[in-house]
Amino acid sequence: MNESQSWDSSPVPSVVVEVNNLKKSFDEVEVLKDISTTISKGEVVCVIGPSGSGKSTLLRCVNMLEQPTDGKVLIEGEDVTDPDCDIDRVRSRVGMVFQQFNLFSHLTVLDNCTIAQRTVLKRSAAEARAKAEDTLARVGLEGREKAYPAQLSGGQQQRVAIARALSMDPDLMLFDEPTSALDPELVGDVLAVMRRLANEGMTMMVVTHEMAFAREVADRVLFMDGGFVVEQGPPEQVIAEPQHERTRTFLQRVLDPTHVEPEQ
Amino acid sequence: MSTATTSSTTEAPRRRMSPRKRAQRARWAQYAFLIIVLIVLISVSDPRQILKVFFRGDLVIDTLTQGLGHALLNTIYYTAGAFVLGLTAGTVLALMRLSQVAPYRWLAGIYIELFRGLPAIVVLLGFGLLPLAFPGLEIPFGTYGVVWLALGIVAAAYMAETIRAGIQAVPKGQVEAARSLGMPPGIANRKIVLPQAFRIITPPLTNELILLVKDSSLVYIIGLSAGGYDLTKYGRDLAQTNANLTPLVIAGLCYLVITLPLSFLVRRMESRAQRAR
Ligand SMILES: Nc1ncnc2c1ncn2[C@@H]1O[C@H](COP(=O)(O)OP(=O)(O)OP(=O)(O)O)[C@@H](O)[C@H]1O
Ligand SMILES: [Mg+2]
Repeated sequence: MNESQSWDSSPVPSVVVEVNNLKKSFDEVEVLKDISTTISKGEVVCVIGPSGSGKSTLLRCVNMLEQPTDGKVLIEGEDVTDPDCDIDRVRSRVGMVFQQFNLFSHLTVLDNCTIAQRTVLKRSAAEARAKAEDTLARVGLEGREKAYPAQLSGGQQQRVAIARALSMDPDLMLFDEPTSALDPELVGDVLAVMRRLANEGMTMMVVTHEMAFAREVADRVLFMDGGFVVEQGPPEQVIAEPQHERTRTFLQRVLDPTHVEPEQ
Repeated sequence: MSTATTSSTTEAPRRRMSPRKRAQRARWAQYAFLIIVLIVLISVSDPRQILKVFFRGDLVIDTLTQGLGHALLNTIYYTAGAFVLGLTAGTVLALMRLSQVAPYRWLAGIYIELFRGLPAIVVLLGFGLLPLAFPGLEIPFGTYGVVWLALGIVAAAYMAETIRAGIQAVPKGQVEAARSLGMPPGIANRKIVLPQAFRIITPPLTNELILLVKDSSLVYIIGLSAGGYDLTKYGRDLAQTNANLTPLVIAGLCYLVITLPLSFLVRRMESRAQRAR
């Protein structure tokens, strides 16, 4: 946790997310024990760690889908743990992509991308539609506006989910294992969309098991275990030369048996 | 059937029948039984007498021409109004049942238990007698209003439970996605949860509509003027004056004209839902 100063390279980063001494318990079980981190504008942070280490819980505390037990989360300076905070307004600027897509199954692809623009941002029908068509084109799904989610492949559904979030013009995007529910041959399309988004300067927090993606796209990798951030830093440090035994064990398990490491 | 099973258990080693053959034998036995029953029924019955009691030509004409259409429409009006009222109140009750506010949950729970336990006919009687208890009271739309209120109040209790189950069947991720986009709970409910819940419960709700069509036959209990007769009351009056069942048979067929298409619709929706899975 203390390494966080050493890699801080950009001179005056404007902070998008600030997590201070975050704790979260479910009943008696303490899932997040003491998490602090900041994410600067344009930064891509990949969160890795074993199953049950609290990655999803951390992500869900950032947009308050889970109520933290203790500590603070600030989004663009606004304390979202404050009961007086207008959380809906903050959430409209924070896109979230789920492992299971969670597309609105009763709505067409286009309506999935317009409904929150209309009801939350109060955009006109024409404006919302234009925006949705634009973001759908960005994820490579032009022409599928009239389809229903069930008529699309998993990879297409996940790209619609990304377009739905992007239609809100978010300042921050949260991804919770966006490719884990996909057939292997569909993973690439989704990762390509995310890679492009990162290159365009989107601030992103990505929980993932795709080490090749983390290594290539992340500005910083955050390794979590047992409710703590065990190690964080640039991917070439955390993934290539992990300092901690637990990180090494985890990476060995993830990389060796299943993947052939791509040459960099 | 029974001979086949006993022989196969007692004399199994000597004459073992293959399961397929045994099933075939059982099927034949059932067909034979059916044919015997039919033969007996036909030999003891007098078709001409039956036709005269259940389907007398002149009475068919009378029943059709003396206001059957009006009675059919009344049955539809009574049912439709009660259904709309039940659906609206049922939705409110279901949302109360799932509310964060405990007293809402209790109130809805009490209502549902109370009116699910009471026979519809008792509630109808109660509403019919209400103006006696409160002399100034006037329920709007006269008889229609009384029927809609009474049947709607009972239907709401049933539908509330169905709707609640539907709401709970909507995956949690749908609400989370809606909330993560900044939708307040009310909008997430109205735009995301309820439309999906109603899609899930269309078949059981249609079943409840069918039950309501049949429950509307209880309205005679509040004492109807001729203009308010429903199918049952109309058929029964004509049947009594003529000492013949034909008008009641016609009324019964009219119910089927309403309910069979609905059942067919439910069946189709259910099989389509099964295929989609
Ligand atoms: N709503 C909940 N109620 C109770 N326990 C929960 C809840 N959500 C998560 N947990 C527990 O918190 C722990 C961390 O869960 P979390 O989903 O954050 O892990 P994760 O790192 O995302 O794991 P995975 O890689 O499997 O997704 C787990 O032990 C889980 O059982
Ligand atoms: Mg997770």
